[in-house]
Amino acid sequence: MNHGLWIMLVGSLAAAACAMVGCFLVLRKQAMMGDAISHSVLPGIVLAFLISGSRSPLPMLIGAGSLGLLTAFLTGALERHGRLQPDASIGVTFTWLFAVGVIMVSAFAGQVDLDTDCVLYGEIAASPWDIWLIGDTSLGPRAVWILGAITVLNLAFIGLGYKQLKLTSFDPGLAAAVGINVQLWHYLLMGFVSLTTVGAFESVGAILVVAMLIVPPNTAYLLTDRLSRMIMLSVVFGVLSAIGGYWLAAQLDGSIAGAIAVVSGAFFVAAMLFSPTHGVIAGYISSRNTYTTFPEEPEAQPRA
Amino acid sequence: MSPAEKPAPIEVHDLTVAYRHRPVLWDIDVTLPEGNLIAICGPNGAGKSTLIKAIMGLVPLASGKVEIFGKPAKQGRSLIAYVPQRESVDWDFPTTALDVVLMGRYGHLPLFGRPRKRDREIARQSLEKVGMLEFANRQISQLSGGQQQRVFLARALAQQTRVYLMDEPFAGVDASTEKAIVVLLRELREQGCTVAVVHHDLQSVPEYFDTVMLLNLRMVAFGPVESTFTTENLNKTYGGRLNLLTEVGEKLRKSEWSARQ
Repeated sequence: MNHGLWIMLVGSLAAAACAMVGCFLVLRKQAMMGDAISHSVLPGIVLAFLISGSRSPLPMLIGAGSLGLLTAFLTGALERHGRLQPDASIGVTFTWLFAVGVIMVSAFAGQVDLDTDCVLYGEIAASPWDIWLIGDTSLGPRAVWILGAITVLNLAFIGLGYKQLKLTSFDPGLAAAVGINVQLWHYLLMGFVSLTTVGAFESVGAILVVAMLIVPPNTAYLLTDRLSRMIMLSVVFGVLSAIGGYWLAAQLDGSIAGAIAVVSGAFFVAAMLFSPTHGVIAGYISSRNTYTTFPEEPEAQPRA
Repeated sequence: MSPAEKPAPIEVHDLTVAYRHRPVLWDIDVTLPEGNLIAICGPNGAGKSTLIKAIMGLVPLASGKVEIFGKPAKQGRSLIAYVPQRESVDWDFPTTALDVVLMGRYGHLPLFGRPRKRDREIARQSLEKVGMLEFANRQISQLSGGQQQRVFLARALAQQTRVYLMDEPFAGVDASTEKAIVVLLRELREQGCTVAVVHHDLQSVPEYFDTVMLLNLRMVAFGPVESTFTTENLNKTYGGRLNLLTEVGEKLRKSEWSARQ
């Protein structure tokens, strides 16, 4: 397989895994939790490097996962006990943890195979050369395996916990009343966001991974009124952005991660303008029709 | 309570709830009798919603305990259908009216189980009871306020329980929805269900309810409407500002009404 195809596959898997969990972040109005977690996993990754002395994925996922959960816990604690607003508590927590990570990266630069550029922007272009070897057999790029596994895990998580995730997102009060542990599902979701983030982190970096978590779900949100379709559509837009982004980067000879985020932003703008149900243009047309035809009707009009 | 007696749907013992060390409910002791329509009334900040949330385990208790059909609240809670305030959820959530009603069935499903055909049937019947079946596949943001409230009630019906706690179901609904809710409440009472409703419109209390709870941080009075819903008790609850309050309420309602027209 040529390395352009590998890059597109890595990008697509990262985008698909991110989009699935991102839908729930968006619906819970916790989009910036994705931003927070993607930054604050950094010290976890560095610690995992230092302790295990290798880049094997398991310690990295454990390190990142625990820091992700710590972030979720700290933001919640600051909100409850520090009387901070949710956005302020997220801002305090993740900048602090990320800063600790940055210091660790620079202090242990000799032992850690990471630099700040890679942390921020990722190195998806290099992913085809990072081959997973067992003995002398090449199994293909390591990123494909890691992101593939994470995509499958996310799929299983959402497939099995669909009802709990949906109800705790829509109405946590009812969820608690019917015996669903709202806190547990919150932390499970945050755990999966952390795993996904660390998997995508190496490819697209801490800043652009947020674009993968948040932008495709928001695009899908504008195009459908069903949660299941929103998840499917967001995966489709994530994958299209990855492929389109690779193509754009090849045309411009520019950053692949940047181009992926730009393409996914372009999809969002298109959906915002042209969505038949929630789009700006459709809204303009239907509001004109509503007011000229039924000026006295106060009930909501169907938007179909 | 003698052992021969049937345990009451909800018993609240010495319940105190505090928010940031300030009590919002103080030493509430009450037994909700079975088969009654109970109005929970009191001024703003009296702790009406908090009482319901405390029974549902949604706010931490500073002291006291709640028993549901004689069981500790944690085990008995699944026997209560809870209708939260309409504003408590995001109505732009990508889901349909039928889907929201199906959520009422989630408590009956196994851990990883999906709603089955029977659950869908129950959900559709519940929508029909509140006159919303034709809107089953409508996205919930496209419903009017009254329709959204009916969907919430249908969700509670789909839980198929004997006890209902409703937080201001009459708030901001149109006259036809108000009528529909009253019909529904009476049906539930005929079936022997117990329904407690946080209610703001004092004038309709004697017409809609048979039992009233007057609450202002403490329990001021609780009992049958005829003997409990008295000017004296109301004055105690609303601190003598009742005339002013009704006047203001009346004016507000009128202006809301005219704004809606």
